[in-house]
Amino acid sequence: MIEFLDVSKTFKIAKREVHAVRNVSLTVNKGDIFGVIGFSGAGKSTLLRLVNLLEAPTSGMVKINDTDLASLSAKDLRQLRRRIGMIFQNFNLFSSRTVAGNVAYPLKLEGVPKAEIERRTAELLEFVGLSDKAKNFPEQLSGGQKQRVGIARALATNPEILICDEATSALDPETTADILKLLKRVNKELGITVLLITHEMNVITTICNRVAVMENGEVIELGDVLDVFTKPEHPTTQRFIESVNKDLPSAELLKEWHAAGDKHIYQVTYTGGATNQPLLSQVTQKYDVHFNIVYGSVREIQGNLLGNLVLSFKGDQDKVSKAIQELQAIVDIKEVILDES
Amino acid sequence: MKVDWSTFYQHIIEATGETIYMVTLTLIFGSIFGITVGLALFVTRQNNILENRWIFGILNFIINIIRPIPFIVFLVFLMPVTRTVMGTTIGTGAAIFPMAIMATFSVARIVEQNLMSIDPGVIEASKAMGASPLQIIFTVLIPEALGPLVLGLTFVSIGLIDFSAVAGYVGGGGLGQVAITYGYQRFDTSVMIVTVVILIILVQIAQWIGNTIAKKLMRR
Ligand SMILES: Nc1ncnc2c1ncn2[C@@H]1O[C@H](COP(=O)(O)OP(=O)(O)O)[C@@H](O)[C@H]1O
Ligand SMILES: [Mg+2]
Repeated sequence: MIEFLDVSKTFKIAKREVHAVRNVSLTVNKGDIFGVIGFSGAGKSTLLRLVNLLEAPTSGMVKINDTDLASLSAKDLRQLRRRIGMIFQNFNLFSSRTVAGNVAYPLKLEGVPKAEIERRTAELLEFVGLSDKAKNFPEQLSGGQKQRVGIARALATNPEILICDEATSALDPETTADILKLLKRVNKELGITVLLITHEMNVITTICNRVAVMENGEVIELGDVLDVFTKPEHPTTQRFIESVNKDLPSAELLKEWHAAGDKHIYQVTYTGGATNQPLLSQVTQKYDVHFNIVYGSVREIQGNLLGNLVLSFKGDQDKVSKAIQELQAIVDIKEVILDES
Repeated sequence: MKVDWSTFYQHIIEATGETIYMVTLTLIFGSIFGITVGLALFVTRQNNILENRWIFGILNFIINIIRPIPFIVFLVFLMPVTRTVMGTTIGTGAAIFPMAIMATFSVARIVEQNLMSIDPGVIEASKAMGASPLQIIFTVLIPEALGPLVLGLTFVSIGLIDFSAVAGYVGGGGLGQVAITYGYQRFDTSVMIVTVVILIILVQIAQWIGNTIAKKLMRR
């Protein structure tokens, strides 16, 4: 468990002060995949580096499993760091060591016997799917492979916590998906708590269960990913969500559609089980109306399906109203108003 | 007066041996002290693992003062100290002392520069893995900078061949002294040519050895 208690971090450069983290309080529970999202400069990396005391807080307290990090001696701090794996946007692999050498490095620091190091290294490379690359040097690997080595190295000392600084930001979407899958396995199969920071909403929705949104060093929104995604409160959060979930087609397209004869356009949003039933067709059949979907998406967050459909109804006006009324009981449905400008 | 090559060649062999001896020994001492000072300079720099303004400031100041002094001036200037430490100011042993000091500072600067080219993220990664400052020095800084470091040492060792010739001018022995005494003062061009050719060969060999090792280390 990681606890931030009213933590602030201020950098002083020359005479200027930069408030990188301001009065942050949050708890990452054991077993979480906790995501911190924010634009560049929001203070995410600084927040993450407070967890293993690569940066010391200016005020407030950071606790790991109820231990106040500030109370640790230099030696105890090094011990603690071995319980916290860390991976980086630029991988930070040792160019002078092979893939196996990189993974073995933290074990060598601990003075683990050679045979044990070999066994563990092989096991870790197997876990991340890079057994055949053991003797290669980092520069011979692709970005995704480098991050796998980074993950294997971070896991070598059997940490309880893995912290990830923009671990997928240097990778293409496909490789990102692979690495996220691997992080999910790290969490589920090895029971490791993951704290990650990112500027991509997609990363949050794909693997996180909890999210904090940061801006100007402050946490401006915090909660379960599904809640934050479906009911964002802060405008910045809404912007992040729009980045993965454009909920309406462009105004031009809507107007065109409107002009083509569909006078009433509705947006239907729903979560969870509702999507399992063919509810739209059931209700519309009942009232003998037809519907036409022009735009929409269904995405999965935290095992829940999240639907967003834009549609119009055709049929007797009275029946359409009734159908909409019935639908209202089960899903969110509202008419899309075109601004006539 | 021309030299008699049927016996003089022994002189040349001996002098070549002296030059190699001076350069090798200087390189060994210069590397040991230079790498130490260079590491100290790097780790005590601001925001580094053992930040210390005083140590950094003092080392940096000394290097900046000594390095620009022309070697021949330094050599003469240092003579009283050389006499105290080595017991004499003449011969190869006495030449090694000032050469090693100059080499130390040159190597220190080169080491510092090579270390600065290491990605700070890599140092941070090892810190995050619980490495102590000493462990960082021996398991990250030295191995990561080794390739360029060997090239830097090669560069220094070629400079040392040059220094050894200068030392020869003031009685340090070696090929430099032979060239000056026989080639320059006695106008024997053949001696001049032979020593120059040997010096060029020595430089080539040093460069080749350095490049080969560095290439192996850097896998290029
Ligand atoms: N070591 C440092 N010294 C001075 N300023 C820093 C340092 N690290 C970060 N900052 C500043 O703190 C702010 C937050 O940076 P950072 O935590 O890296 O943000 P993010 O990771 O969200 O992009 C920025 O304004 C950055 O310039
Ligand atoms: Mg960052």
